[in-house]
Amino acid sequence: MTVIDDSMLDDSPASRAKWAIADSWTVVWQEIKHLIRQPSTFAWQLGFPIVVVLMFVYVFGSAMDVSGRGPGEDYLDYAMPGLFAMTMAFGFMNTAFPVALAKEKGFIDRFLSMPMSPSAVVTGRGTADIIHATVDLLILIGIALVLGWRSGGSLAATVGAFGLLLWLRLALIFVGIYLGLLVKNTEMAGNLFALAFPFGMISSVFAPPHLMPGWLGAIAAWNPVSATAGAIRELFESPPVQSGYWIEEHTVTAAILWPLVISVVFLPLAVRRFQALRK
Amino acid sequence: MPRSDYAVRAAGLQKRYGRTTALDGLDLAVPYGMVYGLLGPNGAGKTTAVRILSTLLRLDGGRAEVAGYDVTRQPRLVRRRIGLVGQQTAVDDVITARDNLILFGRLFHVDRVTARRRADELLEQFGLAEVANKPPKAFSGGMRRRLDLAASLILAPEVLFLDEPTTGLDPAGRREVWQTIADLTDRGTTVLLTTHYLDEADRLCDRIAVVDHGRNLVEDTPDGLKRRIGNERLEIVAAEPNDLPALAALAAKAAGDGREPTVDELTLSVSIAVTDGVRALTEVAAELRAQSLAVADLGLRRPTLDEAFLHLTATANDATERTAA
Repeated sequence: MTVIDDSMLDDSPASRAKWAIADSWTVVWQEIKHLIRQPSTFAWQLGFPIVVVLMFVYVFGSAMDVSGRGPGEDYLDYAMPGLFAMTMAFGFMNTAFPVALAKEKGFIDRFLSMPMSPSAVVTGRGTADIIHATVDLLILIGIALVLGWRSGGSLAATVGAFGLLLWLRLALIFVGIYLGLLVKNTEMAGNLFALAFPFGMISSVFAPPHLMPGWLGAIAAWNPVSATAGAIRELFESPPVQSGYWIEEHTVTAAILWPLVISVVFLPLAVRRFQALRK
Repeated sequence: MPRSDYAVRAAGLQKRYGRTTALDGLDLAVPYGMVYGLLGPNGAGKTTAVRILSTLLRLDGGRAEVAGYDVTRQPRLVRRRIGLVGQQTAVDDVITARDNLILFGRLFHVDRVTARRRADELLEQFGLAEVANKPPKAFSGGMRRRLDLAASLILAPEVLFLDEPTTGLDPAGRREVWQTIADLTDRGTTVLLTTHYLDEADRLCDRIAVVDHGRNLVEDTPDGLKRRIGNERLEIVAAEPNDLPALAALAAKAAGDGREPTVDELTLSVSIAVTDGVRALTEVAAELRAQSLAVADLGLRRPTLDEAFLHLTATANDATERTAA
C-alpha cells in the first residue's frame, strides 16, 4: 500500500511552519498521555520539595525569625513561595532527564529520520513541560492552602506571581534541553541533581540570605531562584523580610530579567547542541 | 516508478569524528528488492553508514542517494521514503502499542483516520493485535522489537534500514525478528541491515558487503563469500591420537600442491584445503580402506562465515600494511 505521494509534499515556509506547530502538538499529546497514564510521576517529582517544605515549616521554621517578629512567626508565608520557586528550579531535571532518555533510547534518532519537523522534537517537549509545571503548581497551591497559606495580594498580583514562576521554569527548559543533550546517558542525567540541589537550596527559598554567612548570603541573594521567590512574596504581600542585599530591593525586576538572561544564554546553546546531533 | 535502479547508492563516503575516521571511502550499491547486509566488527563504520543514509548524520565527503534522492541536498524527500530501526528499540513504553503507532503515523504526517487504520493493520500484520492496548514495557524483547519494526513501516518505505536488529535479544526473540524480516522481504521491501552476527547475515541477506575500518573489504553473496576464502576443506577426525601423523600425511597427499594440513590434537582432527573436494575425498577413503585405518569422521565442508570473515579481515589488513610499508 502507498500512503505517500509527492503532491503531499509542500515545502513552502508556510507549510513548514504549519507542520512545526502540528508536530509539536503531537509530541505534547504524547507527553500528556504519559502524565495521564502515570499520575504517580507527580508524586515522585513533588515528593521531595513537599517533604522538605514540611520539614522546614514544622521542624526548623519554628526557630527561624524571618520577619523580625520572633522565631517561627510568619514562616509559613515565607516558606510556601519558596516551595513554589524551588519546584520550578528543580524542574530543569524534569526536562533534562526525558531528553537524555529520548536520546539514549534512540527516540530522537527515530524522530529525526522521519519527515516530521525536527524542531518539534524540542518545542513539543518544552510545551509539555510548561503544562506539566502548571499542574505541579496547582497541586502545590492545593497543599499550601490546606496548610493555611493564603495570598494577600490582589488576584492580578497573584496570577502575575504564578506567571513569574512559569517564566523561570520556561528559561530552565532551555537549560534542561541543553544539559539533557549534553550528558551521555540517563545515569549522568540523574547525577544532575547534584547541580539542582545547591541551585535550589542556596537561595532565599527557606531562609533569608542575611542570616547566612556573608559570602554565602550574597550568592543566595543573587540566585535567580531567590529573585523569583522574593518577587512572588512581594506579589503575595507576604510579611516583609529584612533584606541585606541590593538585589533584594528589586526582586520583581530581577525575577523578570534573570530568566531572560538564562534564556538568552541557553536557548542558542540548546539549539547548537541539537543541530550538533547531525555532526 | 523508481527514480534509479538502486535503492541505495553511495560513493566514497567519508566521515570523521575528530581524529577518528569512521568511514574512509565506503561504496555501496543496493538494488531494489534486495536484503543487503553490512557485516563487520564493532567500530567498522556500519552504524555511521546507516546514520548517514538515513539523514541522521552529515557527510564529510562522497555522496549518497537513497530511493533516488540525495541525502545531503534532499533529506526531506529521503525521510519520506525510508524507515529506520536503530540499535535501541525506540518505542514509548508508557503509551499503548496502538498509540505508539498512531503517534508515529501522525508524525509521518498521515491524517488521523489513516493513522488509526494503518496502526491496526500493522498490529495485525506483526501479530500484536492482542496486545494493542497494552504498553510495551510489559512486552518481551522480541515483541518490542516487532512493534519497533512496525513503527518504521507506517509509510510503507522504499528502503528500510535495520541497525543490528537482533542485538540484545534472546534466541527466541532473534528467531521472531528474523521471521518478521523474512516476511517483509517477501513483500519486496528493500532492506539494508547491519550486523556483526555472521549467522544473521548468512540467513537473511541476498548480498553482503564486508566492511572494516570504514572501507569495503569485499562484496558477495553469502555462498560466494564462503567460496572466496578458498575451496572446500577436507576434514578427517581420527579414532586414535596415534593415527594423527598418518592421517595428516594421507590428507597432504590427497590435497597435493604441497599443501600443509592443520592438525588439531584436541579434537583429533586433520583438515586441509582441497581444490577438487570429491576426488580428494574418494582418494582418502580408498587409502583408509587399503591401510585398514579406522576414523571417527571423514567429510568435506564449506568454511563458515566466521572463518571467511577472519580470513578477509586478515588479508585486507596485510594488504594495507604492505601498502603502508
